[in-house]
Parts: sequence; structure tokens; C-alpha cells
Amino acid sequence: MRAVDALIAFVLLIAGFGNAAADESPRRVVSMNLCTDQLALYLAAPGQLVSVSYLSHDEKASVLAAQASRLPVNHGLAEEVFLLHPDLVLAGTFTSRASIEMLMRLGFRVERFDPESSLDDIRSNILRMGRLLGREAEARRMADAFDAEISSIRQDRGPRTPLGAAYYAGGLTSGLGTLVNEIITTAGWRNLAAELGIEGMGLLPLELIVMNRPDALIGNNQKEEEPSLAFQNYSHPALIAAVRAGTGVTPLPERYTVCGTPATARVIRQLVDQRRRLTGPAGGKS
Amino acid sequence: MTIARGYSALMIALVALVLVLMAASLVVGPATITPFEALRALFRSDGAATLVMREIRLPRTLLAVMIGGTLGICGAALQSFLRNPLADSGVLGIGATAALGAVVAIYTGLAAAFPLALPLFALVGAILSVLVVLALGGSAGTTTLILAGIAVASLASALTSLALNLSPSPYAALEIVFWLLGSLSDRSMLHVQLAAPFMILGWLLIAALGRPLDALTLGHDTAASLGFRMSRVRLLLVLGTASCVGAATAVAGSISFVGLVVPHMLRPLVGGKASRLLPASWLGGASLLLAADLAARLVSPAKDLKLGVVTALVGAPFFLALVLKSRGRLT
Repeated sequence: MRAVDALIAFVLLIAGFGNAAADESPRRVVSMNLCTDQLALYLAAPGQLVSVSYLSHDEKASVLAAQASRLPVNHGLAEEVFLLHPDLVLAGTFTSRASIEMLMRLGFRVERFDPESSLDDIRSNILRMGRLLGREAEARRMADAFDAEISSIRQDRGPRTPLGAAYYAGGLTSGLGTLVNEIITTAGWRNLAAELGIEGMGLLPLELIVMNRPDALIGNNQKEEEPSLAFQNYSHPALIAAVRAGTGVTPLPERYTVCGTPATARVIRQLVDQRRRLTGPAGGKS
Repeated sequence: MTIARGYSALMIALVALVLVLMAASLVVGPATITPFEALRALFRSDGAATLVMREIRLPRTLLAVMIGGTLGICGAALQSFLRNPLADSGVLGIGATAALGAVVAIYTGLAAAFPLALPLFALVGAILSVLVVLALGGSAGTTTLILAGIAVASLASALTSLALNLSPSPYAALEIVFWLLGSLSDRSMLHVQLAAPFMILGWLLIAALGRPLDALTLGHDTAASLGFRMSRVRLLLVLGTASCVGAATAVAGSISFVGLVVPHMLRPLVGGKASRLLPASWLGGASLLLAADLAARLVSPAKDLKLGVVTALVGAPFFLALVLKSRGRLT
């Protein structure tokens, strides 16, 4: 799957190469935030992006770690960014505030992006990134492809909507108003945290999972993680006994949920497949 | 005679208090189960409610009793042996070093491969600090002992934080809070099984010290002349305290102030005899920790308030009052 994405990104890059050198387009773009890193990697012309944040090299956090590894990293510090002489700095709304304010005082052009908390946010951030980089056509194509993918997913309704409990290390969950909630509901699941009225990220008490008997847990893949207390919850005997699909956790890798990107559609597809395994194919008997 | 009768009455009252608080602890939780249904589901199989009761609330309640009892009896034994009103496993740094041992066992992955490594490492950590404290305890005055305890506790807390910061897990840094403040949320029967043997061993060792500790109230020389070998008493105390505080810390983090407060509240009621103070403090500790855990759950049900926050809110003012009261005698 990743090879296909890389190919798409590559084709988009080649296709857009001709008009990338439009006069007002920035030539040296530095991204200081994992989410802007990825959107910029998807959309920038070759050579236009000169540095990404260090998190982008981490395969667990970034869907474009391979592409990012060809670029030098920064750690969100004003000094590093200053030395790169950017004509556009991309940053998140909540990260590295002090560094960003200093860069703005020094006269750099800084554009801040809100984190994507819905599928609409992904679309609008793609389009905004396209405008900033002078790559509107590519951005529009990417956003349209993303929309088409999402609406085709939405038409795929199963015989019933199973109940999923988003459950991460330390007992956290994603409720109303989060990207994960949209991912889960778009894939044709119900999200336990949202039904319990939890807003944003919050704690999901073990007792409530046991009482509501979800069809599956949706969360991190424990096997990839380093040992820590945070994963003890997954092996709690009550949890194992209460979840209908058994002890397994349907993986929702962080790289798809920390930031919303066009690749988010891929993880929604995975949840659709998992739902089909649980409930049978669309239009089938219940 | 009247003291003996008063003592029986006190013990009955304490047992009743523990039972009432256990029942309260079993019926409070985020799942909406009525108290009657909750208690019935505990004894009869009733689907999800039984699962909640037997696998989530029962282990939590049992651990609160066991850990509270541990902290209470250890506080009483340490205060009697050291003849020092400020002694307790938290103040002397035993909880902090036990937490360090547990942290090493968990974050190296050892505990996942070999579950017993967790209580064993915590026990080794606890033994080290008890030895340091007792090495000073024989000769040094109160102030030296407390200062040594504070130094050991700070060092162990710093090393715990360092170990967690160096750990490759991204969650480790957040878990510092658990190890420094303690919590009973979402523990399971596996934790009870892991900790129980070590705790019971510790209680038995300490309970065997009742009479020697009584004799000790008359002074070291008198106790020795009565036939109690102080080196043996010391060894039992070290092993007993380390075993039960180590196991308690390994499953619930380090919880402060319970062992300090409880013996002080009960001493006037039992008449100052250590052999009576020990079981009373076990019950008192269990009650206090059950109450603290209930408060933690009632005050902020969805936020997982740490247990150590509640015990410190109760215990720290008490500790200050104690220091003020004995200020004249300390220096």
C-alpha cells in the first residue's frame, strides 16, 4: 500500500513540476510540525521543501517516513529554522509556540495549521497547503480523490453497525469531535466513547467497556510497543472476557490518527474490512 | 481489665468499619449498577455486572484493604522499634526505593517475561532502604533518621524518574505520576495473587514482633535482659517490612502518610502496647486507604485522581501538626 502512495505522490510531483516555478511560490519551505510535514511532503514540488520535523522520520508517527528520511530534520527550534533561510515556515497551532513567535518577530513568514479533527479538516488543510505552496491544481486533485474515496466508503453499509471501543494505552479514548471518531463512524461502526458522551480525548473506564460489551477494541498494536504500564489495561481479565471479538485489538496505527492526511482513507478501509469480518458482507443476512 | 475490654470493643469497631467501607467500595464505580444488584452480582453469575464486580471492583477493594493494612502495621512496627513518632515506610523512603525496583523490573521488560520479578525487585529495593535506615536508626537521633529517610526517598524518586525518562516507551514519562503517587484503578486479580503471598509473609513476620516490641518500650537494655535478641528482632522487621511494602508498592505505586497517621490515631485508644497497636493499625490502615480510594473515585470519577493525592491531603497537615507538637523534643 505504501508503495502505491509513494507512486501517487511521485506522479503528482512530476505532473506539477512544470508550473511549480511560478514567481510567487515559496522556494525554501521549512515544516516544524508532524502534520504540516506530511501534507507538504504530499504536495511540494521537488526541492521546494528543505526540512521537516524530526518526528516525520518515525515510521510509527508518519505515513511518509520513507520520503521524509531524504530530508534533513529540525527539532522545532528557532535557531535551526533561522539557519535554513526559509521563505515559508509551516507550523502547528499548538506546538513550539515560543520558537514560532520568535521567528515571526524576526520577519519570517509563518503559516500555522490547526490539527485535523475531522475529514473536512483534512480536505481544507490539503487545499490550504496547495495554495501556500503554489500547487493548487495538485491539491485540488488530491482533495477530490480523497472525497471520492470517502464517499465510496460511506456507501458501503453492512447489515449492522458494530460497536467499537477506541482504547489506547493508559485507558484513553477518543470521543466526540475527534478525527478518530469520524474515522470509526465513517467506517460504519458505532464509537462507544461518543455514545457515552465523552468529548475529545478522555479516559474510558474499564467498567463501562465491560458493561457495554463492544464488538471490538480499536487501538494501538501492543506488540510494536516498548514495555510499560500503559498497556496493562489491554490484558485485564475483565476486558478480555467482555469484548466479543476476543482478546485482539483492531489496530488503528497512530500514524493515521495523529494527523489527518490523504492516507487516513486507508485506515478507514481497514476498519471497513474488519467490520465485514464481524458482520458479514454488505446486503448479507444479519 | 477495663483496658482489655475497651481493646476488644475497639477491634470489633475497626473490623466493622473495614467491612462497611469494603461494601461501599464495592458499590461505587462508573458503571450504573444499583448497590443491591452489585452485591448480588458478586455472588451469583449475572453476565457483565458479575464481571465488573469480580474482576474490577473486588480486586480493587481487596488491594485497598491489603495495602492499607500493610502500611498501617509497618508504620506501627517502625514507630515502636525506632521509638520515633515520625517513622513510617513513606517518610523513611521504603516506598520510594520499592517503586524504583518495580520500575526497573517493568521497563526493562523483565516483569513481562517473568511476573514474579516485579514484587521481587520491589522487595530488594525496599530491603536496601530499610537497611540504610536501620544502620542509622540504632545510634542516631530522630532528626538524623528522618533526614536520612528524606535523602533516600529523594534519591530513589529521582532515579525512578531518570529510569522512566531513559525508557524507550513514550508512555513511561507519564507513568512517573503513578509510581510517585500511587493508584488502585483497574488493577486485576492477577495483581492480588502476585502481591498476596509477600504481604501475608510480611504481616506474619511483623506480628511475631509484638512481644519483643512491647519489651522494647522499656528500653533496649531491658528488652535484651528479658531474653529478646535485638539482632533477630531487627532482621524480622527488615524482612517483614520490605516484603509487604515491596509487594504493595509493586502493584499500586508508593502511597504516603497512611503508615504515619494511623498508629498515632490509634495509640491513645490501645494504651501504647505495641502488641495491641500492630493489629489495630492493620485495621486502621485498611479503613483509611479504603476511605481515601472511595474519596478519589467520588471526587473526580472520570479523571483517575491518584490515591497519593488524597492520602497526602489528609496526611501532610497531620504530619505538620505532629512536627509542631514535638518540636521541642526533636532538637
